[in-house]
Amino acid sequence: MTDDAIVVKDLTKKFGNFTAVDHINFSVKKGELFGFLGPNGAGKSTTDFMLTTILPPTSGTAIINGFDIITDSEKVRKSIGIVFQDQTLDNRLTAYDNLDIHGRLYGMSSGDRKQKIKEVLQLVELADWEQKLVKTFSGGMRRRLEIARGLMHQPQILFLDEPTLGLDAQTRRHMWKYIEKLREQRITIVLSTHYLEEADALCDRIAIIDRGKIVALDTPQKLKSLIGGQVLSLKTSDSKKMLSILEKQKIGSHGRILDRAVLVEVQNGSTLIAKVVSLAEKSGVVIENIELHTPSLEDVFLKLTGEQIRDERPGPNEFQRRMNHGH
Amino acid sequence: MAIEAGKIYAVWLRETKRFTNSKSRIIGSLAMPLFFLFALGAGIGGLVPEFDYQSFILPGIIGMTILFNSVFSGVSIIWDRELGYLKELLVAPTSRFSIVIGRALGGATTSVLQGFVILIIGVLLGLASPGLFEIFLALLVMIVFSALIVSIGIGLASVITEVETFQLIVNLVIFPLFFLSNALFPLDKMPGWLQTLSLFNPVSYAVDALRGLIIGVGVNSLALNFAVLLVGLVIMFGIAGTLFDRTSI
Repeated sequence: MTDDAIVVKDLTKKFGNFTAVDHINFSVKKGELFGFLGPNGAGKSTTDFMLTTILPPTSGTAIINGFDIITDSEKVRKSIGIVFQDQTLDNRLTAYDNLDIHGRLYGMSSGDRKQKIKEVLQLVELADWEQKLVKTFSGGMRRRLEIARGLMHQPQILFLDEPTLGLDAQTRRHMWKYIEKLREQRITIVLSTHYLEEADALCDRIAIIDRGKIVALDTPQKLKSLIGGQVLSLKTSDSKKMLSILEKQKIGSHGRILDRAVLVEVQNGSTLIAKVVSLAEKSGVVIENIELHTPSLEDVFLKLTGEQIRDERPGPNEFQRRMNHGH
Repeated sequence: MAIEAGKIYAVWLRETKRFTNSKSRIIGSLAMPLFFLFALGAGIGGLVPEFDYQSFILPGIIGMTILFNSVFSGVSIIWDRELGYLKELLVAPTSRFSIVIGRALGGATTSVLQGFVILIIGVLLGLASPGLFEIFLALLVMIVFSALIVSIGIGLASVITEVETFQLIVNLVIFPLFFLSNALFPLDKMPGWLQTLSLFNPVSYAVDALRGLIIGVGVNSLALNFAVLLVGLVIMFGIAGTLFDRTSI
């Protein structure tokens, strides 16, 4: 028990008739970088909000750093840092003041604040920007400052909710570097994301969450090994026909159609290609493209949830309305 | 309901830093009362040459400056919600009660500062010549009045969550409070219905108190005016605290 930073027990949240989070159980070890992967609306943010005591659970509970989120919420808050997916900085204040006021709100002493501000600004490479107003910052710099602020009061756990949402690919990779650096601080990190490559690159363990339930929880490597062998992907003139041919001939397993491609899991893909091509030709299906790849998290996700990860998301207001509605 | 001095100070500090960081806002918010004082003061003053109208409305314009800035300060919680900062405040291990106190004091500080600037301008122009003790009492009145109005703003912002409602608040709260008061006209010259409405308007008591202190022509006693404002502050602060306590992210 003492090795666990977070223990979640039967945590459930309902908004009216809609069950956003459905009796989930898991635990996060101290110092672990734990990922929550799922499409928007899967229940990631709702789970985050319950663990950070912003939303009360409908039933079940969680123990954070030894404190119960329901009966000891004030102590939970003091021991965690939260970086929300939407900006929560004050644009009209300097970086320094944003951090300083945060420190005061968390009851830090003057000496601690000064020292920590220096430290966290250096960590996210914003030391030269200390006295600049946040409204002059770029999107990537603001995210970094948010992370710095989340670390100000020396939390034992840092919650990062979609830390790279809305950032361009280059800035995103840059952000990963900072998140990697946080590991050196020996802090537990709970990262929510819907970017598969992000979860793959950063996390020690990943919980895949879909429709309020955890459908898989393991290391990225073990998750990928859920798919035996390789994935054969075929773009053809008639996906349905192609799939039924493969199924009839018992070529591969777990066949499915994604967009215009047919995907099957195979063991010895390269020797199968010739056979597949001749079968297609015989049935009059034109093959435009064949690919054979090692499984990615995307394949795992698709297999477990039957869906591609969706990129659209509810705006902050829509989400807020939904939450208010549930109250 | 713990009162946490350091955390209240943090919220106050944010309010005042935001204010000093935007110079254009300071100039902008002083421009309108000065227009009222000079354009309206001179225009209507010309109609009643036997009456020193400009001096008469000086306390009214100070009241207006504080009224406008205090409502905006309280209601700016709507913007904090929209721009995300409210989350930072609400997840901190700080009681909601402390946040409301910090905001009321912060809003009062910046609003009274602006009201005080108008008073100084009025004194420099010879519109009034209060003594130092009167100025001190006037500041007390301004602070209580401002905190009362900021509380109304916080209460409104806790219930109304849409930014679009901002203009509506200006039209339905600020203007009635301002025009249905004694800020621009002597109460005894107004029609009966306006006099009755004005009795329930905190602006009237604040302006009357300031008028008594600054130009020496108050109707009620200072003690009565101050007592009404204090009771109003306690009630409005209680309502604001209760409503803000229920607000969610």
